[in-house]
Amino acid sequence: MLRYLLLLAFLLVAGDAAAALDAGLVSKLAHGDGDGKSAAIGALVASGDPQAAVLLKALADGELQTAGPRVLIVKGESATDAATGEAVTPLPDAREDVVANNRLRRELDSAMAGLRIFAPERAVRAASIKELSGNADDSMRPLVKKALAQEKDPDLRAELAMIAASLDLKSADRAERLAAVKLLGASGNPNSKSLLLGLVDKAAEPDEEIRGAAQASLHTVEARLARAQFAGLVFSGVSLGSILLLAALGLAITYGLMGVINMAHGELIMIGAYTTYVVQNFFRAHLPGAFDAYLAVAVPAAFAMAALVGMALERSVIRWLYGRPLETLLATWGISLMLIQGVRTLFGAQNVQVENPSFMSGGVEMFPGVVLPFSRIVIIGFAFAVVAGVALLLTRTRLGLFVRGVTQNRAMAACVGIRTAHVDTWAFGLGSGLAGLAGCALSQIGNVGPDLGQSYIVDSFMVVVLGGVGQLAGTIYAALGLGFANKLLESWSGAVIAKIVVLVFIIVFIQKRPQGLFALKGRAVEA
Amino acid sequence: MISRLYGAKGWSAIVAAALFVFAVFPILNLVLPPEHPLHVSAFGVTLGGKIMCYMIVALAMDLVWGYAGILSLGHGLFFALGGYAMGMYLMRQIGREGVYHSDLPDFMVFLDWKAFPWQWWNSGSFAWALFLVVAVPGLLAFVFGYFAFRSRVKGVYFSIITQALTYAAMLLFFRNDTGFGGNNGFTDFKRIAGFPIATAETRMALFALTGATLIATLLFGRFLVTSRFGRVLAAIRDAEARVMFCGYDTLWYKLFVWTASAVLCGIAGALYVPQVGIINPSEMSPANSIEIAIWTAVGGRGTLIGPILGAGLVNGAKSVFTNAFPEFWLYVLGLLFILVTLFMPQGVVGLVRQWKSRA
Repeated sequence: MLRYLLLLAFLLVAGDAAAALDAGLVSKLAHGDGDGKSAAIGALVASGDPQAAVLLKALADGELQTAGPRVLIVKGESATDAATGEAVTPLPDAREDVVANNRLRRELDSAMAGLRIFAPERAVRAASIKELSGNADDSMRPLVKKALAQEKDPDLRAELAMIAASLDLKSADRAERLAAVKLLGASGNPNSKSLLLGLVDKAAEPDEEIRGAAQASLHTVEARLARAQFAGLVFSGVSLGSILLLAALGLAITYGLMGVINMAHGELIMIGAYTTYVVQNFFRAHLPGAFDAYLAVAVPAAFAMAALVGMALERSVIRWLYGRPLETLLATWGISLMLIQGVRTLFGAQNVQVENPSFMSGGVEMFPGVVLPFSRIVIIGFAFAVVAGVALLLTRTRLGLFVRGVTQNRAMAACVGIRTAHVDTWAFGLGSGLAGLAGCALSQIGNVGPDLGQSYIVDSFMVVVLGGVGQLAGTIYAALGLGFANKLLESWSGAVIAKIVVLVFIIVFIQKRPQGLFALKGRAVEA
Repeated sequence: MISRLYGAKGWSAIVAAALFVFAVFPILNLVLPPEHPLHVSAFGVTLGGKIMCYMIVALAMDLVWGYAGILSLGHGLFFALGGYAMGMYLMRQIGREGVYHSDLPDFMVFLDWKAFPWQWWNSGSFAWALFLVVAVPGLLAFVFGYFAFRSRVKGVYFSIITQALTYAAMLLFFRNDTGFGGNNGFTDFKRIAGFPIATAETRMALFALTGATLIATLLFGRFLVTSRFGRVLAAIRDAEARVMFCGYDTLWYKLFVWTASAVLCGIAGALYVPQVGIINPSEMSPANSIEIAIWTAVGGRGTLIGPILGAGLVNGAKSVFTNAFPEFWLYVLGLLFILVTLFMPQGVVGLVRQWKSRA
C-alpha cells in the first residue's frame, strides 16, 4: 500500500512537470559543459516526459539552437521554445547550434531508448523494456517506476516490475530492498534467481532479515523453475517420442507384421519430406494466396508418393526375398543408397528449405522461459491421429483383417482364399506411406536433405525391436519411452552420452528379452 | 597338415601370390624408374595395401557370416578399434614435431589438456600398441558375443544390435572428451617404430607385411574351416537347434569364431592406418560396416577365395568410379547390393562354378 502511495505522490509531482520541462534543465542541456549536459540528459530521462523525448531527439538531429538565453527547437523556418513548447515567431536572427560530441551522442541514444518506454505502441514499449532489462542502472529507477505506474499491459507490467525490483535491490533504503526481495520471489521470471542468489551472501547483504527473505524467495523461485523445467522436459520427451513414433510406425508394419527388414525405410521418410518440399514450391509459385494450406495437399501427397515407391520396391525386389531376412537387409540397403543418390541428382546434395505455414510458427509460452513451439504441438497431435488411423485400419477394415490373417498364418490365409501376394504389396505400401507421413512431419521441424533418412533408420529399428515385433501398442510405448528417456538423460549428461546410453541399454535389453517389451504370448516356432 | 589345407594347385597359387607381393610388386615400385610403363606409383602401393587390408576384413566377415551364419553389421567397429590402437602409437611417434611442439598430440594441446588421459597409458610403447590392436577388439567382441549368443540372439536381431553397437561407438568417438581426437581422429603421422613413414621403403615394407598377413589369414581360415570345428560351424549355420540337440554347446563355437574374426579385423585396421595415414570415427559408421558384407557377398560367401575376390573387385571398382564418375558410384554400389542378393547368392565364385559345371 505504502508503495502505491509513494508512486502516486511521485506521479503527481511528475505529472506537474509534464506541462513544461524544467527550464533550468533545458538551459543546462543547451548551455552547460559536457558533464552538465550529460547530467541534464539523465534528469530529463528520469522525468519520463514525452516532451523530453522531443527535446533529446532534436539535440540528436542537430535541430537544437540557442538564441541568447532561450533554447529553441528549429525545424526549417519555424521554431518552438524547447522548455515551454510555445511557437516562437519571428525566428531570432542570432542563433547558435548546440553541439553534441560522441560521448554525448552515446548517452543520447540510450536515453532515447529509455524514453521509448512510454511510447504509445505496445511493440515499441516491449522492445524498449527488453533493452532496459539487460542494462538498467540506478539513474533509470524513477523512469522505470513511472513507466510501471502507467503501464496497462499485464505482461509488460510484470517485466517492468521485475526491472524495478532488480533496481530496488541496490537501493539504500532497507524497506525498499525487502519489498523488492519479496516481489522477486513472487515473480515467475527466470532471471530473478540469479538476482536473489547475490543477496543470500553475507558480504553482499548486511541485513539479516533481508537475507532470510531472500533465501525464502529463492526457494520459491527455484521450486517454480524446477517445475517449469520438468514440464519442458516432459514436453520435449513427448515431442521426440511422437517423432520416433511416426518414423517407426511404418517399420512396425513392414518389419513387425510382415517380417521384412527394410533398410530403405529411412529413405521413404526422406521421399515424404521431399514431396512436401515439391508441393510447397508448387504452392509458392502458383497459389501464393493459399500457401498456408499447402500441408493439406502435402500430407496425402507424401503418403501417396512414398506408398507408390514402396509398392514398386515390393513388387520388383523385396517379394523375391521373403523368408530370407539377411538378404532382404542387404538388398534394401542397396535400394536406400540408390534412392539417396537419386535425390542428390534430382535436388542437389544441399539441404532444401521447407517453410512452415504461418499457423505453425511461433509457440505458446507455458511458463516463463518454457516455450512450446506450435510445430511440435501439431506434430504430437498428428502422430497420435496417424496411430489411431492405423489402428482403425488394422482392426476395422477388410485389408486390416487380411494383413492380420497373413501375419498370423500365411498358409492358412492362402487356403481360405486371401491373395497373400496382393496383401503383402498393400501392406508394404501402407508401411511405406506411413514413412512418407513421417517425412512430411519431419520437414516441418528439421533440415530436409538426402541424408535425412539415415539419421532415423537406427532409431526406428530400436523402437520396433524394443517394442516387440508383431503389434502396434508396443511400438507406441517404446517410442514414447525412448523419447522421454533420451530427453531425461540429455538433461543430465548431454545429447551424445544420452544417445549412447540409450543404445547400450537397448543392446543389453535385447539380450534379456529378445522378443521385445510386449511379445505376443504363445509358442513361437523358430523360423 | 599341408596337404589338408590345399592341393598342389592351391599351394602353387598361394606361392605365386606371395611371389607377386614380396618380389614382383617391390621391383615394379622400387627398382623400375618412374618413366617405365610398368612402374607402380606410390599411390598404387598404398591402394594395393589398402585393398589387401579390406580383403583381410572380408575374410574375417566370411568366417562369421559365410561359415557360421552370423551377419555382423558392426565389423567396421573392430577394424576402427585396431586402427585407433595403432593410431595412438603413431601419434606418440610424432613426438614434438607437431604444430604446437608439445609432448602431447596437437588436438590435446588444442583442447588445453595438460596430461595424457588414462586411455593413453603406455601408448608410446610399440609392443603395448600391438597388444591393444589384438586385445581391444577381441575383448569387446568376446564380451558382446558372450552375452548375445548366450541369450540366443540371432539372425536379424543380432545384425541390428551390432549395427547399434558400432553406431553408439561412432557417437562416442565423435566426442572430443573421449580423448581420441573427436571428429578429426588421428592424422599427420611422421614415423613408425622409428622409421619415417612416408618413404618408399617403409611403404613397401608395410605393403609386404599386409600381404603376409593376408596370406596367413587365408591359411588360418582354411585351417579352421577344414577342421572338425569348421564342420560344426557349418552345421550351426544350417540348423543350430539340431546341433544343440546333438549335445554341442554352440555358444563356444560361435563365440570363438566371432572373437577371432574381430581380432582379424583389428589387425587389418592396424595395418590400414599407417598406410592410409588417417583414422577417424567415420570408419565406424553403419554404412562402412554394411559395405563389408557386400564385399563378401559379391565374392561368394562360404568360400575363402570369394571374399578376397569380392573385396578386390568392389574396391577396385570404387577407386575407378570415385575418380572418373563420382556421382555414379552409389548407384553402382546400390545396384550391386540388389543384383548380388537377387541373382548371385553364391557370388562371383558361384558364377564361375556354374560356368565350369556347364562346360
